[in-house]
Amino acid sequence: MEFLTDPVLAGFIAASVRLSIPILLAALGGMFAEKSGVLNIGLEGMMLIGCFTGFITVHWSGNLWLGAGVAVLIGALAGLGLAFYAVTLRSNQVVVGIAFNLLMLGVSAYFFRLAFGSGTASPRITPFAPIDFGPLGEIPILGPLLFQHDPLTYLSLALVVSGWLVMQRSTIGLAIKAVGEHPEAAETLGLDPVAIRYAAVAVSGALAGLGGAFLSISATGVFLDNMTAGRGYIALAILILGRRHPFGVMVAALLFGAAEALQLRAQLLPVGIPLQFLIMLPYVLTIVVLAVSATRSGAPAALGQPYEKGER
Amino acid sequence: MSESASAAAVEVARRWLLPRSVLSGVLCVVAAFAIGALLIAAIGRDPVLAYLSLFEASLGSTNGLAETAIRTVPLALCGIGIALAFRAGVFNVGAEGQLFIGGVAAAWVGLQLGGQPQWLVLPAMGAAAAIAGAAWSAIAGVLKLKFRADELITTIMLNYIAIYFVGYLLHGPLQDPGSPLARTARLAAEARLPMLLEGTRLHAGLLLVVVVAIVAQVFLWRSVAGFRLRAVGHNARAAENTGMNVKAALWTGFLICGALAGLAGFSEVAGVQRRMIENLSPGFGYTAIIVALLGQTNPLGVLAAAMLFAALQIGSTTMESAAGVPSALTTVIQALVVLLLIAQNALPRLFRKRAVS
Repeated sequence: MEFLTDPVLAGFIAASVRLSIPILLAALGGMFAEKSGVLNIGLEGMMLIGCFTGFITVHWSGNLWLGAGVAVLIGALAGLGLAFYAVTLRSNQVVVGIAFNLLMLGVSAYFFRLAFGSGTASPRITPFAPIDFGPLGEIPILGPLLFQHDPLTYLSLALVVSGWLVMQRSTIGLAIKAVGEHPEAAETLGLDPVAIRYAAVAVSGALAGLGGAFLSISATGVFLDNMTAGRGYIALAILILGRRHPFGVMVAALLFGAAEALQLRAQLLPVGIPLQFLIMLPYVLTIVVLAVSATRSGAPAALGQPYEKGER
Repeated sequence: MSESASAAAVEVARRWLLPRSVLSGVLCVVAAFAIGALLIAAIGRDPVLAYLSLFEASLGSTNGLAETAIRTVPLALCGIGIALAFRAGVFNVGAEGQLFIGGVAAAWVGLQLGGQPQWLVLPAMGAAAAIAGAAWSAIAGVLKLKFRADELITTIMLNYIAIYFVGYLLHGPLQDPGSPLARTARLAAEARLPMLLEGTRLHAGLLLVVVVAIVAQVFLWRSVAGFRLRAVGHNARAAENTGMNVKAALWTGFLICGALAGLAGFSEVAGVQRRMIENLSPGFGYTAIIVALLGQTNPLGVLAAAMLFAALQIGSTTMESAAGVPSALTTVIQALVVLLLIAQNALPRLFRKRAVS
């Protein structure tokens, strides 16, 4: 049983968890939007703007939690902007999402250049540090899985549990699902589909913003142009794999975190596989997952369809 | 309303639709620039100086115009492909990856056929690029039609895979033997597109794009296949009920987009770089999505939109050095153009509803 305490394995497990958090948060956010009937293609851009605003806030204030808070706030604002298009203007949600992502890419790069110039020395911050659980962190498997992480990771896991409570065990979740399945029926029950969808997309933006911030203020301590690198789109695939259920999404995100951790580790070992094929791994996995578990089965009935009062 | 009156109404609507859509596009571009000017002023720079330096660099000289035309080629080729796919209801955003695959295929064929006459080499390279791009796009087609996997996500993932795959080829089997850099050997003269204008880099890819735009316009609006494409994209179920082959139309969308994006890769390799390199495209395939939308998915409109965005991109670095405005502003303007266009399309309907209720 020597492999249980192997430091390489422990490092791999800890990295898998760490790398899964950004996509987990984005996918959790996507769940709220999709359950309410709005397809949030803008997750990628919301992650990126959270990544950037979180970083710059920490750089100026030195306060990590303030950075996380600002990322959540800006992400939620971006969500409201997308909701204006998707819900009020009833635009094509895919087109709007793609345009939003481009806007966030431009805005973050614009203000980053402005704040730091285009010099070669990239600014750094001191990211969140892991909490020291003492001997708990030494437990084989469980230690690296649960007891070697920073506060933001534990906050994320708490958000998964609260997401589950809200979605499956509260009337709020019931209202969101009703609006996503049949907005007309929900309205006859006295619910306001427009307000609920706005709120759900704002929450999804807030979570995606936090997920993006995790990349800059927890995982690395730097910000790079287009740092999210498609994670918002991967989150959309994870959502399907995890059946739009908080715990399902968590397991699916962990699978992707593991793929990314494996890729990073295999780069250092002489495994005889070209580097590029290893980097492809998460992207290939996304396609395989979609092909196997795809079909829109389990999707809310009114997903992607704009709702208009009094229209039958 | 009598039938002839409603037919007349449709005719009037059709006649006025095109000029109005052009006007609305121009309006959105102007508004996006105005918002961009506010962003420039907000950071204490001069918007007039910034925009003047931008367009001076891209349109103010023969060389600037040539560079803008060069940049138009890949944007328009990818944009027209994406527009035709959108028309069929296929949300193919994989042009970026298809361009890389087309580029590497063109370079490989060009290197294999070294020493053959130009009339043979260039068409062979173009054909190889179009076929390779279409084949790459067909992966997403199979995933959608056989496995019902959403093409939006699969094409984005295929973009990453294509770029890393090309990276592997350029670091491995296709690497220039005499160079430590990740690139193929230089193409021989007969494998390069002819130059059009002495003293500039303008190449014959521009002619290719004009021909493609005209053919695509005729195909979309004057051919049976083009009608089928639009019918399926507009309402797949209705099209199926009238006996149309929906799958064939969807496949057309996937394959044309892949082929045209592949041709864009060919044009960049044979006309600009003269070899395959790792950074062949600074996101042409993604910008082309916005270009396709701004061009209202009309091939000639897409060509016009591509010219505008090419000018923006070519001038952006000069704007950064001359006026101190980060070049990413042009990305912001591009996104704003589309967001304004979408809002503009939706607002009249919104106000009409309000007025009725």
